[in-house]
Amino acid sequence: MEHLHERRLTFLEEMANTIRQDIVKTLVAAGSGHSAGPLGMADVFTAFYFHILQHRPHEPLWADRDRLVLSNGHICPVLYATLARAGYFPVPELKTLRQIGSRLQGHPHRGSLPGIETTSGPLGSGISQAIGFALAARMDRKKWRTYCLTSDGEHEEGNTWEAIMFAGKERLSNLTVVIDRNNIQIDGFTEDVMPLEPLRRKYESFNWNVLDVNGHDFVDIISAAAEARAVHERPTVIIAHTIPGKGVDFMENDYAWHGKPPSRGEAEKALKELRTLRGKIQSEHQ
Amino acid sequence: MLSKPAKLNQKLFDENVLQEPTRDGYGRGVVYAAKRDPNVVVLSADLTESTRVEEFKKRFPERFIEVGVAEQNMATIAAGLGTQGKVPFISSYATFSPGRNWEQIRTTVSYNDSNVKIAGHHAGISVGPDGATHQAIEDIATMRVMANMTVIVPCDSVEAEKATEAAAVVWGPVYLRFAREKSPILTTPETPFAPGAAYVMWEPPLRQGSAGQADALIIGCGPLLYQALLAAKELEEKKINVIVLNCHTVKPLDGKTVVDLVKRAGAVVTVEEHQVSGGLGGAVAELLAREAPAPMEFVGMQNVFGESGTPAELVRKYGMDAKAIIAAVRRVIRRK
Repeated sequence: MEHLHERRLTFLEEMANTIRQDIVKTLVAAGSGHSAGPLGMADVFTAFYFHILQHRPHEPLWADRDRLVLSNGHICPVLYATLARAGYFPVPELKTLRQIGSRLQGHPHRGSLPGIETTSGPLGSGISQAIGFALAARMDRKKWRTYCLTSDGEHEEGNTWEAIMFAGKERLSNLTVVIDRNNIQIDGFTEDVMPLEPLRRKYESFNWNVLDVNGHDFVDIISAAAEARAVHERPTVIIAHTIPGKGVDFMENDYAWHGKPPSRGEAEKALKELRTLRGKIQSEHQ
Repeated sequence: MLSKPAKLNQKLFDENVLQEPTRDGYGRGVVYAAKRDPNVVVLSADLTESTRVEEFKKRFPERFIEVGVAEQNMATIAAGLGTQGKVPFISSYATFSPGRNWEQIRTTVSYNDSNVKIAGHHAGISVGPDGATHQAIEDIATMRVMANMTVIVPCDSVEAEKATEAAAVVWGPVYLRFAREKSPILTTPETPFAPGAAYVMWEPPLRQGSAGQADALIIGCGPLLYQALLAAKELEEKKINVIVLNCHTVKPLDGKTVVDLVKRAGAVVTVEEHQVSGGLGGAVAELLAREAPAPMEFVGMQNVFGESGTPAELVRKYGMDAKAIIAAVRRVIRRK
């Protein structure tokens, strides 16, 4: 396991809490968008942008940066909030999400906003694009790595499995995929809508290295990314078990929150809860 | 008469005119492009031989990517390569790519502004015996409606080679359309080619005081331009003077050239191995409705699917041969 200094851990937990508050505020200002996925992935995004990735927020096109491809573009409120907090663009701009003329499109668009590596939204095409990145790095003998963040639901798309088959064949060890295994999608629970299990065994049979992590445990997430870097000859998938809506009690594990934003009143309640959590983080680490 | 500045193959009306499929020109074009630019890569979806990228694979194995029968994956992997400095060419049959993977091309190539070149092979009805499932007759339309996409339909293997090389140099998404069947070589290496620049292949004989007037303008793309030239020659013998314009780049359309020639001819026939809606004919009609309304006839697939048969039989049966073009010219002149 990776050793994380206590102060570092506090910083990450507080940052994820800040990002969750940003997400709630952003969604309520936008009046539409997805709640559960972004909140559920706040810890994973924080781990990547504040610990795992080699990147330069003030030089977003730095040639040797690690690339992070967001495949399930609909959870972009968490990407936007994280990019803003990492320094890619000013935090106040978050409140322009989904508004006319905004750089923060309803689904991410490459070229609109610094730090967006690819346009996404239609599901199932992120891993393939990440493969394209990883192949380019391999051809050019570059050391940067490609990470692709995906949802569990988009593993119902054929394109996803075409990509998984290809990466296994090509032994793309410079590629790491993370699955947000939150078990929900628009129409209900994934195992009711279209069963995905056994996900681990499926990936293993395609020649992938598979790691399961608690998607809300920073040590777990960061250790898995380090382990993926050490694996040769195989791509790695990190199945991050997350709680959709994490941090906001009335949203957690309820698929009704997949695709809608909180009302003003609900947002107040959510923010209050997140501020209380923040207090707990601080007292726990003191 | 054949246009002088076009420097066309002077033997193109010979019985034994040299013939070659346009896909062969693509095969040579990607090799030339790869020699010039180390970032050119080729992806194949299990159709390496028939899309003519075998030579590329042999010469540049480290830049050749076999994706198997997975056109959606091919387009999206290329999208990733294309934003990371590579110049990927994706090779398959047009019914599958850009047919099956249309949305991936829309989102991850076109909107994402990735430098991907889509080579759609076996396009048109002249695919022949394989039948309607393999005859792409909608691909110009489905690519043309995408913002940020260039669409090029070369008329012979020589032009196909030039178009492929040009596509590698031009920044941004390009759709290149190729045919399976061999077709007469109409152009020469000296024939001027630049994406977006249509050029005249046939013009009325110069007579004093004629001021370049013509009875009709035939606008075509792809190997059917041979049929258009046969039609033009026969019409000239009957004292009907037409202009034949090679509009190889359907998007962006060379609007200025088209409008100037329409003003000289006053009537238009479009010719393409494609549905009559949405393709070259559609593009020209949109332009003329706005800038120079004129009677039009459309030679192409008349809202039907094809079938098995020899290419020549199919082109005749579905009304795209010289005879059908002559009939369309006569109809359009009557409507002037």
